[in-house]
Amino acid sequence: MSQPSQRKYDAIVVGGGHNGLVNGAYLAKAGLSTLIVERRHLVGGAAITEELKPGFWFTTFSYALSLLRPDIIHELELTKHGFMPLLMPSSFAPGEDGDYLLLGQDHDLNVKEVSRLSKKDADAYDQYEHDISRVCQAMKPLLDNVAPNLFSKDPEELVAMAALAQQMRDLEPRVLHNAVRLLTGSAADFLDDYFESELLKGYLASSSIIGTKVGPRSQGSGLVLLYHNIGEHDGVFGSWAFHKGGNGGFTQVLARAAQAFGAEIILESPVTTVMTVNGKATGVALEDGTEIAADVVVSALDPRRTFLQLVDPRELPSDLVENIERFRFQGTSAKVNFALDSLPRFPTLGDRGDQYRGFTNIGPSMDYLERAYDEAKYGWYSSRPYIDCAIQSTIDPDMAPPGKHVMSCFIQYAPYHLRESDWDSERQNLGDTVQRTLEGFFPGFSDLVLHREVVTPLDIERVVGLTEGNIFAGEFLAPQMFFFRPAPGWNQYRTPIDGYYQCGSGTHPGGCVMGAPGKLASQQILKDRANGASAI
Amino acid sequence: MFRTTPFHPRVQSANETGLWSHWAGYLVAEKYQMAEKFEYFAIRNAVGVFDSTPLYKYRITGTDAEKFLSGVLARNIQKCLPGQAHYTIWCDDSGYVIEDGVVLRLAGDQFLLTSARPNLSYFQNLIGYSRVEIEEVTEQLGTLAVQGPRSRQVIAALAPEMETIRYFHLVDSKIGDAAVTISRTGFTGDLGYEVWVDSADALSVWDRIMDAGEGHGILPFGQIALLMARIEAGLLLLDADFESSRFAWNDEHRSTPIELGLGWMLRDLDDDRPFIGRKAIRHELAEQTSRWKLVGLVVDWLDYDQMYNNAGLVPPKDHVPVTEEFMLYDADYQRVGYATSFMYSPVLQRHIAIARVKPELAKPGNRVDLEVTVNHRYERVGAEVARLPLYNPQRKTA
Repeated sequence: MSQPSQRKYDAIVVGGGHNGLVNGAYLAKAGLSTLIVERRHLVGGAAITEELKPGFWFTTFSYALSLLRPDIIHELELTKHGFMPLLMPSSFAPGEDGDYLLLGQDHDLNVKEVSRLSKKDADAYDQYEHDISRVCQAMKPLLDNVAPNLFSKDPEELVAMAALAQQMRDLEPRVLHNAVRLLTGSAADFLDDYFESELLKGYLASSSIIGTKVGPRSQGSGLVLLYHNIGEHDGVFGSWAFHKGGNGGFTQVLARAAQAFGAEIILESPVTTVMTVNGKATGVALEDGTEIAADVVVSALDPRRTFLQLVDPRELPSDLVENIERFRFQGTSAKVNFALDSLPRFPTLGDRGDQYRGFTNIGPSMDYLERAYDEAKYGWYSSRPYIDCAIQSTIDPDMAPPGKHVMSCFIQYAPYHLRESDWDSERQNLGDTVQRTLEGFFPGFSDLVLHREVVTPLDIERVVGLTEGNIFAGEFLAPQMFFFRPAPGWNQYRTPIDGYYQCGSGTHPGGCVMGAPGKLASQQILKDRANGASAI
Repeated sequence: MFRTTPFHPRVQSANETGLWSHWAGYLVAEKYQMAEKFEYFAIRNAVGVFDSTPLYKYRITGTDAEKFLSGVLARNIQKCLPGQAHYTIWCDDSGYVIEDGVVLRLAGDQFLLTSARPNLSYFQNLIGYSRVEIEEVTEQLGTLAVQGPRSRQVIAALAPEMETIRYFHLVDSKIGDAAVTISRTGFTGDLGYEVWVDSADALSVWDRIMDAGEGHGILPFGQIALLMARIEAGLLLLDADFESSRFAWNDEHRSTPIELGLGWMLRDLDDDRPFIGRKAIRHELAEQTSRWKLVGLVVDWLDYDQMYNNAGLVPPKDHVPVTEEFMLYDADYQRVGYATSFMYSPVLQRHIAIARVKPELAKPGNRVDLEVTVNHRYERVGAEVARLPLYNPQRKTA
């Protein structure tokens, strides 16, 4: 365990996940003496890269970047510290019958590729991209600003609400309507309006289920679809990048930036309690009994641990406690990561391998995805799961020894609560299921496997601490977003305890490696400090 | 009819795009992959290979070769020892830059000089009674640039002595059976090497380099990726950032070394070495008559994004370099310079430019306004003057 250099700080951030690092970096940049306290031996939370087999680097949990807010890159000067989002130049979606969809960086070729599946879908694809981009552009400011407090009578909040309403009114009717359709409806309904190709719809609908216990035909999947398109990389909505060295490489960049601004990071230092005196935070107590004082304590953990574990819930209003207790986590995603002897072979494409330089999407139709969801509804993992594969060594040679590869597979559905069983019993069966599914698309796949790591929702919870293994620190469902994330009236990063703040993905605007909660929370802390609103 | 380089059979089969352009009369790949940005990242994160054969190459030999070049080139060739290389320029009598190139000193009396355009008659006319021979060897030699953080591993796997070669040094070596010269040079601003090989051996060298690069993410890269890398690296391009004074119609189109930010080449200007342009350059320095100073520009990201967002547009972040003139203004809307190469840099995550500004504004951190068009109207966006190169990884010279 590393030791803090001081006994008292202006601010202590509990948890060195990406939002904790972002928050700590902003606070330090503003001149606060800042300590980031991490339970594990490395920072990054669920954004880490680990060498599980010599020479093979695994992105154990999260595995790509898109929603990271561009302002954070600039304001924290991340490029000085090695920020390098590598292009993923292709997207590959194998079909069940040997057909496939392979999209790249050439727009007109993509249109041709879509028209190979359906002539009608060709310009529909352009229209869809345009419509989604319009909605993303309209919604983007919501990600970059503190959401108003719907329940406050504070004049400043009333002005913010009025401004938000005005923004909505200023939108073209088609854009606003599409936004509402996406935010409240199903991805299937939205996509059916554009497309007829099942393979294309499966490919696009896959983004509508990630991390959330919904199927593409569930109301609410539209919101997840929108979130996965609102991310941008180098100015392109819905574009993803692979950070050099994986998302662990990214969080190491964040840690260096935070330290460069003066933040201190201590590892292997689990926080047991946020200390309070008379309803005000005074510091943190570590598992080994060390107490470190601070005027501000920020929890980067998920809402359940922020409100029910780090502090005594009896100090909190009971309606908040009730809301947090019914906040939906129900992790439903797993990871299976492979070390491979060589690239898998997709028979239709012969010995080609360039199709693997981006995501490979095993979700060949809407029916496939919906059936995968069916099993999860009844408490079991999909017998043919949705798999989002990324063979990252095709993009970054540092990920695996020459000629060898690492393959990150995001798996859905794998519900946290299994009916009449548990994940310790089913872990390897899930790995086998995934491997068998991949074998169906890439004959001979199993022969390539040098190493396999299965990460169930239980493992995510155990290792990272995310409740029920939910990768977003709370599901992306409308009742848990914006005004209501993580609870009505507490969506502005403050808590009922003076000087105690929240900055994890369980706060607005939510999960994915976005950094926005960490940044927006720091703004709120600094604003309160400037206003002397609390006795900081 | 265009020519093809000795690597062409490999270049042709590697070019998946069918997109070609002409460079100095040769057919060259604009890009090999659909995504030129993927090739660019090979340069910045793995290893990329560029066929730079079309550059004009002159072999300069003879007892007086050093003396000749020390009078022709602005940078003092006497300080370039055998086994070393110089980036250099040559100027006219008025102290304007004609061209730039890299000169390799192969031996005491043997040099190899590159240039973007033909210069043989110009050089030959300067020989006079000197014992110098100049021969154009463009077609005899193939040149392959191997660039990027993994280039050392790839090159050293073929020629182990390259493990320790220093920046702007060169050695004679072998790749397979082919005799080659390998220099630690390039046009990307990254760790990198250039392999100079007899045309007859070109294909075997290409094959061996590609084989050695397997598993290291090796990719051939085309013109677009090269031009991206060179802007980040602050490396000047003829007819983009400056023009040859030989063919310029007036002085507006000419530049002095000082104006191009190449004053560092002339540190020994007070020595007694005569070279073409020396007197004029000394005068320029003494009288401070420089009109411009070449600088880097980093566009204010917030200004840029807000400008487009307010216009109802998604801020474009296009990495493909634009070689056009973009006017620069001060806060009073007075023109203070112009940008000559503009792009969005993926590694810097900013729009950047190579530009020239009035000398008094050249201090890093100074703010100027860059003119762009948004919704078909001229708009100005803030940019900060910055020292070139804008991207300069330690590995380049380490």
